[in-house]
Amino acid sequence: MAFRFGIAVFPGTWSDRDCAHAVGLTGAEAVFLWHADKELKGADCVILPGGFAHGDYLRAGAIARFAPLMEAVAEHARGGGLVLGICNGFQILCEAGLLPGALLRNRDLQFRCQDTTLLVEPTDSPFLATIASGSRLRIPISHGEGRYFADPATLAGLERGHQVALRYCSPDGDLDDAHNPNGSLSHIAGIVNEAGNVLGMMPHPERVCEPLLGSEDGLRLFGSVTTGLAAAGR
Amino acid sequence: MSAPSVSELREIALTQQEYERTVEILGRTPNRLELGMLGAMWSEHCSYKTSKPLLRQLPSAGSSVVLGPGENAGVIDLGGDLLCCFKIESHNHPSAIEPVQGAATGVGGILRDVFAMGARPVALLDAIRFGDPGEPLQRHRFARVVEGIGFYGNCIGVPTVGGETYFDESYAGNCLVNAMCVGIANRHQLVRAVAAGVGNPVLLVGADTGRDGIHGATFASVQLDDSAEERRPAVQVGNPFLEKCLLEACLELCGHEALIGLQDCGAAGLTSSCAEMAHRGGVGIELDVAKVSRRELGMTPYEVMLSESQERMVLVVARGREAEVQRVFDRWQLRSDVIGSVIAAPELRILDSGQEVGALPLEVLVDGFLERHPESRRPELVDRARLEEPLLLNPPWSPEESWLRLLRSPNCADPRWIFRQYDHQVGDDTVVGPGGDAAVLRFKGRSDGIAMTVDGAHRSAALYPFVGTEMAVAEALRNLAVVGAEPLAITNCLNFGDPDQPDVMWQLTEAVGGLAEAAGALAIPVVSGNVSLYNDFRGAGIPPTAVIGMVGRVQRPGTAPGMGFRNAGELVVLLGGLGATLTGSEYQRLAHGAVTGPMPQLDLAAEAATARAVWELVDRTILSSAHDLALGGLAVTLAECCVAGGVGAKVGLPLPPPPDPLPGWAHGALFGETAGGYLLSLPKANLPILQEVCALHRVEWDVIGEVGGEMVEVSGLASISLSVASSVTGEALPSLMARP
Repeated sequence: MAFRFGIAVFPGTWSDRDCAHAVGLTGAEAVFLWHADKELKGADCVILPGGFAHGDYLRAGAIARFAPLMEAVAEHARGGGLVLGICNGFQILCEAGLLPGALLRNRDLQFRCQDTTLLVEPTDSPFLATIASGSRLRIPISHGEGRYFADPATLAGLERGHQVALRYCSPDGDLDDAHNPNGSLSHIAGIVNEAGNVLGMMPHPERVCEPLLGSEDGLRLFGSVTTGLAAAGR
Repeated sequence: MSAPSVSELREIALTQQEYERTVEILGRTPNRLELGMLGAMWSEHCSYKTSKPLLRQLPSAGSSVVLGPGENAGVIDLGGDLLCCFKIESHNHPSAIEPVQGAATGVGGILRDVFAMGARPVALLDAIRFGDPGEPLQRHRFARVVEGIGFYGNCIGVPTVGGETYFDESYAGNCLVNAMCVGIANRHQLVRAVAAGVGNPVLLVGADTGRDGIHGATFASVQLDDSAEERRPAVQVGNPFLEKCLLEACLELCGHEALIGLQDCGAAGLTSSCAEMAHRGGVGIELDVAKVSRRELGMTPYEVMLSESQERMVLVVARGREAEVQRVFDRWQLRSDVIGSVIAAPELRILDSGQEVGALPLEVLVDGFLERHPESRRPELVDRARLEEPLLLNPPWSPEESWLRLLRSPNCADPRWIFRQYDHQVGDDTVVGPGGDAAVLRFKGRSDGIAMTVDGAHRSAALYPFVGTEMAVAEALRNLAVVGAEPLAITNCLNFGDPDQPDVMWQLTEAVGGLAEAAGALAIPVVSGNVSLYNDFRGAGIPPTAVIGMVGRVQRPGTAPGMGFRNAGELVVLLGGLGATLTGSEYQRLAHGAVTGPMPQLDLAAEAATARAVWELVDRTILSSAHDLALGGLAVTLAECCVAGGVGAKVGLPLPPPPDPLPGWAHGALFGETAGGYLLSLPKANLPILQEVCALHRVEWDVIGEVGGEMVEVSGLASISLSVASSVTGEALPSLMARP
């Protein structure tokens, strides 16, 4: 049976179809999960995609976290199931308490859509299992509220527990302000929960899965999920 | 009802003569509701009463045209199962007064025009113009318009893949915001904006109706003045989230047999959408304003019928299948009200809780206006300015200094500051995004794609509206050519001043003539468009500004080489010659201000041949880079190729200087514009293929230099360092916009 990604659709979600297209390139199956249902349709990994769920007029993700679907997603995550939040999905995971911290408005208060280079940090997570730490991925961002923030104790905990998965860096791998596109604390672009089965990231891996679109680095991430689980004897 | 006063007529933008006409053809005095509806429908914005006689010249037929002008958007055939719907529209006046919402609702409106056809919007482009951004008000407008475009497009999830930004003092009182949307439909999902089937219910779906935007259409058809600020209530507020839900719900229904017709509710609100749908179908519509969900209490039938509340659509549905359709809207948490039904009598009949409050025959409401033919006259000022020779003027700056000033000019500078605020990738189809000559999108599951660009007439159009508009068409063609695209069709937005001024009417007449001539000669049909008149502030009109949106087909989307030079040692080739003039050029604007000078005719046959040669060269993948010669002439184009590629180049002019050059000769050679030229680079080994292709298409070509080094140099005339050029053009907009 093919690996199955369940892709959440909230009113206002827009990278649902992009994610379905991208995971399809790995040979996996994609099913859409409607926000008002509590049904995960047997998904091995749930993706909360990018967009502006419910318009995000209040605070990004603040309303989506109350969706019936999110109860099922939280239960899936508690049981060790894989959850990937991309952009708005990351914001929703933070609002839902499945990941610590918050995503604030970008440093210069403007929306940013641009390429970024991401440094892969050593984490124990199936999402990055087949990508060596220290690798660099070229994946674009597209957000207005992506500045990661957490209180000092939370941040220290994340660093100690190797939960920082991805950081914005220069093409050579240096961490500096010039290559931190939104002012994120400690250059954080993505984090995992303590168990490593929930990953939230602001960049959009689904946009770079084909040479025609400039890079296949996103495919490495989706591929890591499917091959990682296969290797775990699923 | 007693005859309305002059000020009442002014409020609804009807002239005394038009009022008398309504009384005459109706055989009675229209009541206030009817008069309001007539005023909106007969406004320039809805009726095109001044421009229609001119627009008939535009060629709209072609082998790929499925639907031409007259629908919500033009439709062309992409082969196989796919159709492309696209259109451009202005939102100038609202953006001048409330830039964020004005621009945002401009984007929202053009998106609705496209998904009303059953097409999924896949790309947005914008052409925007402001006054000098060195001034705080202009900077504010520019920044907020960019914010508004991004706010709507980013939230709804349609990529903004291209655009054009231009600054000139003449747009200080009246900025331009033209938004273009391109959508893709499956053939069986194409929907018409037609009412049919007597007894079929009419639904209004989406947002509730409020008092916002009442008389937006008439507001768009009068001049801006100092009291314009008071018209802020005529600007609508956009809700891109609601429109995203509306888009998904409508697309779910397109192709469903229960859906008969679909139309967006834009200018003149319910009045226009119902009247046009019914008129196209040769039927009538009866609707009850009491059934319209409202956002505000105490709204009169007049207000309901003329509200321009955003994010609403009108549907005609097969009788008995309302519930199926309404279930789809329920699922997207959208309101859907059955507000009326299709009737046999060809009229728009308005009820309020069952009581008739107005009824107008559609032939009066939609077609009853009189076409206008205001006087057209070329001003003497134009004749005088045409005779002045720009090369006679002494240049105020050295060639190097001029070159750097041009690269720093916001019109030539790197536009990254703008497009990094727009999501230009969502949808996963953007192969070439903003910042290049044209954007390229692929189709998933097919090997081909489409390219698109918007290009506006430049300053020369002030003296030469005919040629200036032809040049905008030619520039769009060249922008498509360098990404390997063959043009399919044109959409256009004509932005002009008050047509009752004879000089403006002359500009409009000439510009439409130029568009018709160019589109005809290049065999590119004009399938949709919009006219925006009365772009005046305190009686001063904007320069004639035709904006051309062009869509083309790309055989293989990955073949566009990009504008940047790549490898040292490769050849730089000038294609199409260098027939440059300083008239209307960016250099002339910076150095001398006024537009003056003679203008050569545009050789459209040569443009077509050169474009064909370029598609072929791109298609054969023998080029390392391709860029058309545009603003700032050879020197600025060369610098752009070098900066984009991160490598210098040294070129020479294809012709020697004249024995006794005029004072501005060197500047003319470096910065002169207008020629249908391209700057290409390629490996030496590929030169024989270029030679062969150019011979086949009878296109002039010259190897003018070589890629390499740290300098950007035009031998014997000027050279600047690559790193300086790079930082000057890259820093220009960010540092300007960082000012308080």
